Amino acid sequence: MHYSAFRIFKEGLTGNKGWKPVWREPEPKAEYDIVIIGGGGHGLSTAYYLAKEHGLTNIAVLEKGWIGSGNVGRNTTIIRSNYMLPGNQPFYELSMKLWEGLEQDFNYNAMVSQRSILNLFHSDPQRDAFVRRANAMLMSGADAELASAEDLRKELPFLDFDNARFPIKGGLFQRRGGTVRHDAVAWGYARGADSRGVDILQNCEVTGFDIEGGTVCGVQTSRGPIRAKKIAMCVAGSSGRVAAMAGMRLPIESHVLQAFVTEGLKPTLPGVITFGAGHFYVSQSDKGGLVFGGDIDGYNSYAQRGNLPVVEDVCEGGMAIMPMIGRARLLRSWGGLMDMSMDGSPFIDATHIEGLYFNGGWCYGGFKATPASGFCYAHLLAMGTPHPVATQMRLDRFKTGSLIDEKGVGNQPNLH
Amino acid sequence: MIINHPLLGPRDAAEFVHLGDASLIDRPNWQAEDAAAQFLDYAYMRDNPAGELRELWYHEQGDRSWLVVTRNTLTHEISSVELARDVALARGRDR
Repeated sequence: MHYSAFRIFKEGLTGNKGWKPVWREPEPKAEYDIVIIGGGGHGLSTAYYLAKEHGLTNIAVLEKGWIGSGNVGRNTTIIRSNYMLPGNQPFYELSMKLWEGLEQDFNYNAMVSQRSILNLFHSDPQRDAFVRRANAMLMSGADAELASAEDLRKELPFLDFDNARFPIKGGLFQRRGGTVRHDAVAWGYARGADSRGVDILQNCEVTGFDIEGGTVCGVQTSRGPIRAKKIAMCVAGSSGRVAAMAGMRLPIESHVLQAFVTEGLKPTLPGVITFGAGHFYVSQSDKGGLVFGGDIDGYNSYAQRGNLPVVEDVCEGGMAIMPMIGRARLLRSWGGLMDMSMDGSPFIDATHIEGLYFNGGWCYGGFKATPASGFCYAHLLAMGTPHPVATQMRLDRFKTGSLIDEKGVGNQPNLH
Repeated sequence: MIINHPLLGPRDAAEFVHLGDASLIDRPNWQAEDAAAQFLDYAYMRDNPAGELRELWYHEQGDRSWLVVTRNTLTHEISSVELARDVALARGRDR
C-alpha cells in the first residue's frame, strides 16, 4: 500500500476500511541467508538497506519483544552531524543525508524536522574549540554556523545570558540538525523491509549460537533453531549479553541513560539546545512537551531505570541555561541501556568468528546514526568490506591504537 | 543507591565515583612476554555481566577510600562492600 494525500482522502470518504497492517507476522523458516539479531532501529534499517540496496531478501530480523521496544523508542529523538574526528564525522554526515531523503525513500511519515541544533559555549577557549569543530564539520560537507551572544539574544531571548557562573558567549548552530519521530523510524523501516520480503520475527529471543569449527551456522531461539549463512548482531545496550552467548568479550560496558519529558506547553523552543558547561540537551516535541536529558548515571546497569542524583544533575543543567524550565512540571522519566564503548565510538565490523558480524557500542548517540548504521552494516554484510565512511569502526582498534575518542577521556566508558 | 561503607556506614552513592570492574585491581606484569596482549585485555575488554558484578567505587566526597562493591546490574541491589585494600592484599598484591 502506498501512502499519499490522495490515499488519506480516499480512505476518508470510504470509512477508513482500506488500511491494512503494515508488516506480516510470519512463522520462522528453518534457514535464511542472513539473520539479524535485534529488531530496533539499526536492525530494521539494516534489513531495509540489504533488501533495497543489495537485493537480498532471504533475511529474518529476530526481536526478543516487539519491534522498536528498546532504545529507538526511548531516546530524545535528536539528529545531528556535528562530530569532529575523521573516523566519525563523514559517517554521521552520511546519516544526516539519509535522514533528509528518508520519508520519500521509504514512503512513511517519520516527521523528520530540521529545526536546528545549537551547542552553547560559555568561555573563550570553548569558542575556539567550537570553531575547530565547525571547520571539521564544513570539511565533511555538513553545515555549521557560529552565532554570537548578540545573535542569540535576538533568536532565543529566554536563555540566561548573564548567568554568573556560566554566561552564554555564543553558540554553534547546525541548522540541518533537528528531531525525528523515533517510533515511526522503526515502523517505516519495518514496513519497507517487510514489503520487500524480509521476515520480521517478534517475540523471538536468541538463546544461543551454533558455532562449528570457528564458523557460525545458526542460532537457537525461543521459537526454535534457525540456520543462517551470516548472523548479524545489532543489539546495542544488550551487546554484552548477546556476545557472551558466542563466547565473546567486548570493549563495552552497559550503562543506563535517563530521559525526561514535561507536560505539554505552548511553542517555546524552536530547535534543539544544548548546555556547554554541563550536560543537558532539550527540544520540544510536536505535542508540546519539553524532551530533555543529560549524563548517564555512571555505573554499569541493565536495569532500564536510573537513580535520583542524575535527575537532579540534569535539571540543574536545564536551570542554568533557561530558568523558565523550572516552571514546567515533569511528566515522565525513563531509562535505556547504553553500550558504552571504551573510546565513545561505535563498531560495525566482522568478528573473529566466521559469518558472525557485530554492530554496537553506540554509547548514547545511536538514534541519529540509525540510517547510516543500517546502510553501512548492510554494505558490510553484502559486500564483505566496510563502507568507506565506516572503515575505522573496527573491533580491533584498541589493539592497533586507532581509537576514535571524540572527548579524549580514554578507556573510561562512564566519562564518554 | 546506598553503599554500606565498611568504616563509615551507609552512604549515598552520589558521594562516590564509579571506576568499573574490580578486575582492574589485577594489573598485569609489564615485564611479561605477552604484556601487550595482557594489557589490551586489562585496559579495554570487559565481562559486562547482566547480574552480579564486583566493581570499584571511590569515596571522593568522603574518606577517599577505594571500595569493592558487589552489585547486581539488573536490580542495582548491593550485596557486599569491602575495602579495596583488603581485596588487593588477599589477591596477593603488596598494597
